[in-house]
Amino acid sequence: MENMVNIYLYGKKYTVPAELTIMTAMEYAGYTLKRGCGCRHGFCGACATIYRIKGSNELKTCLACQTQVQEGMYIASIPFFPTDKRTYDIEEIKPGPQIMMELYPEIYSCIGCNACTNACTQSLNVMQYIAYAQRGEFEKCAEESFDCVACGCCSVRCPAGISHPMVGLLARRLTGKYIAPETKHLSDRVDEINHGQYDELIEQIMQKPITEMQELYNTREIEK
Amino acid sequence: MFTPEMLESVKKVEATRAARMQTEPRRMTAEEKDTLLKAFHPDYRADGFAEIKIGPNKGEKAPLELAHLLNSNSRLLGEDIDLTKVDYDVDVLVIGGGGAGASAAIEADNAGANVMIVTKLRIGDANTMMAEGGIQAADKPNDSPVQHYLDAFGGGHFAARPELLRRLVMEAPDAIKWLNELGVMFDKDEDGNMVTTHGGGTSRKRMHAAKDYSGAEIMRTLRDEVINRGIPVVDFTSAVELIKDDRGQVAGAVLLNMETDEYMVARAKTVIIATGGAGRLHYQNFPTSNHYGATADGLVMGYRAGAPLLYQDTIQYHPTGVAFPSQIFGALVTEKVRSLGAMLVNVDGEAFMHPLETRDVSAASIIRECSERGKGVETPLGSGVWLDTPMIELIGGEGTIEKRIPAMLRMYLNYGIDMRKVPILIYPTLHYQNGGLEIGGEGFTKTIPNLLVAGEAVGGIHGRNRLMGNSLLDIIVFGRNAGKAAAAKAKEIELGAMNLDHIGAYADELEAAGVATGDVSPLLLPKYARKGR
Repeated sequence: MENMVNIYLYGKKYTVPAELTIMTAMEYAGYTLKRGCGCRHGFCGACATIYRIKGSNELKTCLACQTQVQEGMYIASIPFFPTDKRTYDIEEIKPGPQIMMELYPEIYSCIGCNACTNACTQSLNVMQYIAYAQRGEFEKCAEESFDCVACGCCSVRCPAGISHPMVGLLARRLTGKYIAPETKHLSDRVDEINHGQYDELIEQIMQKPITEMQELYNTREIEK
Repeated sequence: MFTPEMLESVKKVEATRAARMQTEPRRMTAEEKDTLLKAFHPDYRADGFAEIKIGPNKGEKAPLELAHLLNSNSRLLGEDIDLTKVDYDVDVLVIGGGGAGASAAIEADNAGANVMIVTKLRIGDANTMMAEGGIQAADKPNDSPVQHYLDAFGGGHFAARPELLRRLVMEAPDAIKWLNELGVMFDKDEDGNMVTTHGGGTSRKRMHAAKDYSGAEIMRTLRDEVINRGIPVVDFTSAVELIKDDRGQVAGAVLLNMETDEYMVARAKTVIIATGGAGRLHYQNFPTSNHYGATADGLVMGYRAGAPLLYQDTIQYHPTGVAFPSQIFGALVTEKVRSLGAMLVNVDGEAFMHPLETRDVSAASIIRECSERGKGVETPLGSGVWLDTPMIELIGGEGTIEKRIPAMLRMYLNYGIDMRKVPILIYPTLHYQNGGLEIGGEGFTKTIPNLLVAGEAVGGIHGRNRLMGNSLLDIIVFGRNAGKAAAAKAKEIELGAMNLDHIGAYADELEAAGVATGDVSPLLLPKYARKGR
């Protein structure tokens, strides 16, 4: 007999194999998932879930696809949370001190409760990256928030109504576009291609017979 | 977490580590690779394939599960869909909300077209989001698009369509620049140089990355841009069949609200299929690294409407999927782990191959190690070989894993495995569909003048095997091109009378061929719900 555990999906009891994740346990129970299921490998944030273990009053948050079931788990998925993404023109905005105040002023209402950090399914220091955003330290905010999958568990728990994933995303786009140093070898190569520098060479290689291509490929020098 | 047998084997891996690090395993010769692939690559297992019974590729083989869907009838057969009641009317309809679809929508919007994305889950629930390792582009001084072409052409067994591959490599640097200017945070040094590594089969270090969230970083940026531009995204709504007109054109698609089961009609002057891959069809019972919705819907819809497939019989099994623990079975372990130095090691602690052979060769080699050679490590769900991750910290210095592959570290730490200290167990996982709908250089299908395809749903860009980092690249290059081309084409298209006649014609052909699978297609979602009775 498999090792089984009792879990409660939206309050209803199911007995499922202990090695399953919350997501596969729902399917074992007979659910056909439409919401609350995306990449199934911890990258997309579709399966934000809140749970409590019977006998404990502590609410925990997790990704259903990355979390193994436990005995006495009361489970509710949060397939959608109304985070508030503000729109902007990336070409028009500047990474100056005003931009967060303009787009996400509620971050300045943070009361420092740290509920966001405690709720983070990726174990990020969410409150810290919001603090960086408040101070206009976008690069630090970007770095600290980089592994965010935008599941929204932080926002669910936030008393100030902050949409943390959106703040991190803005900081990362500002950093990627405006703050990180420009890549000269990239723009040089784009210019070379645009000026036709490789046109003849690429035409030549496209015309080569397969046997010649095989020889070229099998004897090509590989950078160490 | 490891079993006693695994721990015994780990000791052997540790015992040989220092000596292994002094030598680079030999790369296989072309003949050795050929022999290996024919004996052990799943593409050569005849019982994994079946014949396509009707349509443009009639008589050719496809994986069993795909052939089954292609040999099945439309779910709309016998349904009374009122095409005069148009719910959405646009210039460009993009089917699929992944990297290719989002890129296409942004460029179509740039070109002034009225564009809409329809996607059966959410925008970004796509294989793009899960691509970890990186994106190729020949932008370093010691590299060139011609070198990139040679690597990809050879790696794909000289079967790529030259015109498509030319575009891929020549437009690669501009694709990176475009992403960078949208705000994608590529790994750079303090002078702005891209931090690049090798992938399997590359001859130059041209793998650009955003840690091991490369695809996620690209996808969330594209998604943000789509939303900023106000491009309509109709989510949890699947296209289930293309609509045609009496001029041999497509005229939109019939949509299905996934939650209410209601059908709707979208009319469009041009349609872009950007529906991605097929991992959730679990060819040959492999686990998959793909997202939940990867069920080849676009291939089925396009084929039924008359667009031919190319290389539908070649599938990529990523060499390093998770073999243990079972909770993450089949999840992707990025090739970047090997780019950073980790070796593939068998149960006895031997490095049995060069870690950076192409994916098909690596997968076949691992399968051989675990089958014929009996040198795999037993796991609850099968077997696997070691990926010697502690080497990365020894080569790159302490902290390299946390800095360069944080997602991998987190995924394993969830289950008490610290890959900085112990090796991890891997086995090939179903990863990518090399084939798909055939397109010309401009992105249009060969048979339907206003139907375009972009991304993983395309066949022919990579030939019969794809190199790491060329898929994130192709979704951007061909997604952007499709968006521009679709917007331009929409200006000259006049739609005729809309109809779904091809569905009935397909049914007639199936019947004439004596084929009755009893199922309908496209699949839309895998059938994972367990039914007790």
